[in-house]
Amino acid sequence: MDDEPLVRWYWIGDHLGYLGDLLADHAVIALVPVLIGLLLAVPLGLACTRFPRLYQPLAAVFNIVYALPSLAVFVVLIPYTGLATQATVMIPLTFYAVAVLLPTTVDGLRAVPDPVRQAATAMGYGPWHRLAAVELPAAVPYLVAGLRVAAVSSISLASVGALVGRGGLGYLFVDGFQRTFPTPIVAGIVLIAVLALAVDLLLVGARRLLAPWAVREKGAGQ
Amino acid sequence: MNWFTWLGDFFSDPDRRSGSNAIANRIAEHLLLSGEALLYAALLAVPLGLLIGYTGRGVTVVTAMAGAARALPTLGLVTLAVLLAGVGDTAVLVPLVALAAPPLLVAAVEGVRGTDPDVRDAARGVGLTHPQVLWQVCLPSALPTLLAGFRTATVQVIATATVAAYVGLGGLGRYVVDGLATRDYAATVGGALLVVLLAVAAQAFFALLARYALPPGLRAQQRAAGRRSS
Repeated sequence: MDDEPLVRWYWIGDHLGYLGDLLADHAVIALVPVLIGLLLAVPLGLACTRFPRLYQPLAAVFNIVYALPSLAVFVVLIPYTGLATQATVMIPLTFYAVAVLLPTTVDGLRAVPDPVRQAATAMGYGPWHRLAAVELPAAVPYLVAGLRVAAVSSISLASVGALVGRGGLGYLFVDGFQRTFPTPIVAGIVLIAVLALAVDLLLVGARRLLAPWAVREKGAGQ
Repeated sequence: MNWFTWLGDFFSDPDRRSGSNAIANRIAEHLLLSGEALLYAALLAVPLGLLIGYTGRGVTVVTAMAGAARALPTLGLVTLAVLLAGVGDTAVLVPLVALAAPPLLVAAVEGVRGTDPDVRDAARGVGLTHPQVLWQVCLPSALPTLLAGFRTATVQVIATATVAAYVGLGGLGRYVVDGLATRDYAATVGGALLVVLLAVAAQAFFALLARYALPPGLRAQQRAAGRRSS
């Protein structure tokens, strides 16, 4: 190990295609759960704003879910979903995403000022139209803030899946560790950080497109 | 085979009653490792966060850095640290501190910045020096936020310390990793359950702390705020 450099560049050059495949696999394993989590969190959040009694118990449950160690959950799922399958890693990641997104969704929906809601009703919007045209757009900045945390955590967590045989770039950590060869590990860390950064920038861009007023307000407030 | 028979096997195995593989010993190792990581993270992050929050300098940079640190995969850091530094507590402590420090830092910054500016001005007005204001006014009023940060950090560290077993260290992860390697699901499921229980216990501990250990003035304030918002 003493004479082994941190990075052997030729290895990276020789394995570009391989690294690309792992990156694509990683993106799917880490990000599809975040999307599914969003699709679950929005209706749950709506239910919580409509029936406020629901929120406390649901939040408590997802607080505990968030405390579950990913490795332990992967392992517990193996008998049902199989070793080294995408489902084993993606199901827990979906729950983590919901745990992050549910509170931000509820905050976002609650942040719609009452006069705005009343104005929409007065203009003849029905409940569904008002939801689609007023309440959800107003919640976008909150949703994006939640999505940023959920996506970055998910990208980082997915690598633990390598210990149960399906972790995208995380496989590089196992591989490098077993061969006492740091190059793949460094490549894995860097690629995961780059993927997280790229997704984060995409989300910030999406917020600018979908909720341009949020950027203005923030700028005005500072 | 189902969970109950696995758990029955796990808890009745005499190997796990005494010696280095005893459940009590693994729990102690796990708590010691997590506690050490949290201690170092707190020593690093809390004073820095209090200062940054109080002066208001560098808040944007620190928040951005804390967000970026979330992207660092612990498994990658642990394996790399072991290759560079050899198997040992240090190799696992560094990644765990990197995991725990950002939420603590952000909590300290947010907590101090959340202090009512009027209260700060009043404290200055009655003649307190800046260090006194920070220590006697801002720190107590930052406590609820700080405790929430500690809760997040603790839960994450306890859950992630499981990974330490992969590089040959102790703790509850030993059951999970060894069980996985030998296809002994009883050990894996039992170890996983113990980590979950430990994490939930830590959450409950911090919930109780937030409820009963805060300064009385702050608790009254929170009750008042609760009434206002409901």
